[in-house]
Amino acid sequence: MARQFSFLLSLIAFWLLLSGMFTPFLIAAGIGSAIVIVLLSRRMDLADHEGHPVHLAWVAVLSYWPWLFKEIIKSAWDVTRRVLHPALPISPVLVEFRPTQTTDVGLVIHANSITLTPGTISVEVGPDRFLVHALTREAGAGLAGSEMDRRCTALEGN
Amino acid sequence: MSTLVELISAISLLLGALFCCVGGIGLIRMPDFYTRMHAASITETLGVGLILFGLLLLAGWTLVAVKLLMVGALVFFVSPTASHALARAAMTCRLKPVLADAGETTSKP
Repeated sequence: MARQFSFLLSLIAFWLLLSGMFTPFLIAAGIGSAIVIVLLSRRMDLADHEGHPVHLAWVAVLSYWPWLFKEIIKSAWDVTRRVLHPALPISPVLVEFRPTQTTDVGLVIHANSITLTPGTISVEVGPDRFLVHALTREAGAGLAGSEMDRRCTALEGN
Repeated sequence: MSTLVELISAISLLLGALFCCVGGIGLIRMPDFYTRMHAASITETLGVGLILFGLLLLAGWTLVAVKLLMVGALVFFVSPTASHALARAAMTCRLKPVLADAGETTSKP
């Protein structure tokens, strides 16, 4: 119930921010559509811990994202250097490893973070196997038991 | 103050455009489908990020800035999902990646 209420509030906030017009009619329309969406998603069983994972949102935004941004910038710079290097020094590899997350949300965060970081793309994702295509051997070697893996597991513990 | 903000914004817009170009160059230079996706991911992270940051500085504290942040969040969540779907689809169609050497890879199709 609390989750659905917070879902309702975020939908109303989303409407207001996108519309930017605060006439009574538009506000009422926004609240009305938010309520309809919450009812629909409840019927479709969508606003659960996966569709609206409030339980880890703040921890994620405050502790995980800054670190992830730093990693993205670092590896994007590395890939940029390789792209512009005359010899194109790449050594693509496929790496298979076992992630330490146990929940679906944790696995998805880990896989999405891998893909978001330039130089690595998660090709197949499952609870006991990640198949990752890496642009360089070094990037592939650092995947199993990485700090990203540890941080994602820490994130789902909350 | 405002000239400084405009300068920073101009620099990050320029850098963002530069990284988009790098992504394009990589797209041409890379040998196969999977490595090309790595090049494209520069565009969708640093390129998009820096351009949005530059526009954000120009927008100031307005609703436009909020919308730019929403675009950023959308790209942040959707682009890895789309990349994953592409790579997985290619793998399912048995498109073999060009690999550095056969020794340390798996025999996955």
